[in-house]
Amino acid sequence: MAAVSMTVNGHSVTADIDPRTLLVQFIRDNQRLTGTHVGCDTSQCGACVVHVDGKAVKSCTLLALQCDGSNVTTIEGLAAGGVLHPMQEAFREHHGLQCGFCTPGMIMSAVDIVNRKGNNLDEHTIREELEGNICRCTGYHNIVKAVEAGAKAMAGSSMKRAAE
Amino acid sequence: MYAFTYHRPETIRQAAGLLSRKEDAKLLAGGHTLLPTMKQRLASPGNVVDLGKVAEMKGIERKGRAVVIGAMTTHADVAGSPIVQEAIPGLAALAGNIGDPHVRNRGTIGGSVANNDPAADYPAACLAMGATIITNKRKIAADDFFQGMFDTALEEGEIITRISFPMPGKAAYMKFPNPASRYALVGVCVAKRGSEVRVAVTGAGASGVFRWAEAEAALAKRFSSKSLDGVKAKAAGLNADIHADAEYRAHLIGVMARRAVDAAVGK
Ligand SMILES: Cc1cc2nc3c(=O)[nH]c(=O)nc-3n(C[C@H](O)[C@H](O)[C@H](O)COP(=O)(O)OP(=O)(O)OC[C@H]3O[C@@H](n4cnc5c(N)ncnc54)[C@H](O)[C@@H]3O)c2cc1C
Ligand code: FES
Ligand code: FES
Repeated sequence: MAAVSMTVNGHSVTADIDPRTLLVQFIRDNQRLTGTHVGCDTSQCGACVVHVDGKAVKSCTLLALQCDGSNVTTIEGLAAGGVLHPMQEAFREHHGLQCGFCTPGMIMSAVDIVNRKGNNLDEHTIREELEGNICRCTGYHNIVKAVEAGAKAMAGSSMKRAAE
Repeated sequence: MYAFTYHRPETIRQAAGLLSRKEDAKLLAGGHTLLPTMKQRLASPGNVVDLGKVAEMKGIERKGRAVVIGAMTTHADVAGSPIVQEAIPGLAALAGNIGDPHVRNRGTIGGSVANNDPAADYPAACLAMGATIITNKRKIAADDFFQGMFDTALEEGEIITRISFPMPGKAAYMKFPNPASRYALVGVCVAKRGSEVRVAVTGAGASGVFRWAEAEAALAKRFSSKSLDGVKAKAAGLNADIHADAEYRAHLIGVMARRAVDAAVGK
């Protein structure tokens, strides 16, 4: 066992874990934050995307111990005081999901795109940047629309940096 | 994944000490090759030495006519570096096309070069640009470093600390990505420095990255994609798999090489 400490959605947490524990297992099983999903467990699908120190990463391909001392934001950390984050709101408004399995990863990736590329995103950029996120339901069309609208909405929001 | 003991050194010296002292120890850089391999139980190190907190292995600097990149520098940091973008734009572009944004946020140049995946992008740039791989023990020329599929000149306990790229006059990398994985089905890097032209091919060779001598000779006469008209890569010795047969890969080498030359001359 090994000790790990990190900040998850603004709360500092400490635990004694098996070194094999992946960040996604730590988030889901240890922290009981089950919004972050495991779709493939082979670094392909992006259902497990969270932010570590402000950067989007696939939490199935990271040991929790590699995040010791880091600041982690999951999908649960986006909404504030019962109000959806503008990117979440845009996915609802534009029907950017069907079964919803890929959605937490899509939204965490989308917020990361805005952080890097700004609020005015064209369709080509969005599709390129969503390279690491797979959706088996929607055909992506409404996801792309949602990201474009969410990016614009984030410009006028105080929650734009994903609570980091 | 089998159980292991985890170590987090803060200096290269500590990391090297752990590697030599601990039985069955393996370095962990970005983990984007090693962790999937451990999950599949194709690797089962008893000790994992995480380089994530070794600050002296990160960063990018310009040293005279070379760009020196720390082994623990992520693909995203190379892609976004103003130093690399200015000195070797083709290298920044290569890094920005590895995998997807999440992979680029974790994967490192040292991990990629040490792993020498036959479909990886960086080995082509190292070989074409004549990079030097710097370890905690010595300096190794790229020509001597890549020794076959997943095989390098690294010895037991040796750690890549930095990679030095001499600035080419002109260079570019073009890849035909596997649509699912984004690894190179075929990738070609061309670099011209003075009168020397080097062409390195990744993704295609059955024993990993290689130089394409015929194209180098043709381009040395005149550095233009037209010089490659009629220069054909041979299918013998190329990979054939469900994604592409050897003939198709040979064809793609020519296409990617011409596109890379066009990009290098700014066409
Ligand atoms: C979904 C996905 C898509 C990808 N697409 C591409 C792609 O398009 N092109 C591409 O080139 N790559 C691609 N990769 C691979 C990616 O670039 C990896 O990050 C890289 O190959 C390994 O780097 P790492 O830092 O993750 O190394 P790790 O996985 O941590 O280590 C890899 C190996 O190198 C050794 N090692 C690491 N650092 C050092 C060092 N400093 N000195 C000596 N040995 C060391 C380790 O012990 C291990 O054996 C992809 C990976 C994934 C998961
Ligand atoms: S579960 Fe992590 S990428 Fe699919
Ligand atoms: S909505 Fe079902 S996988 Fe995307």
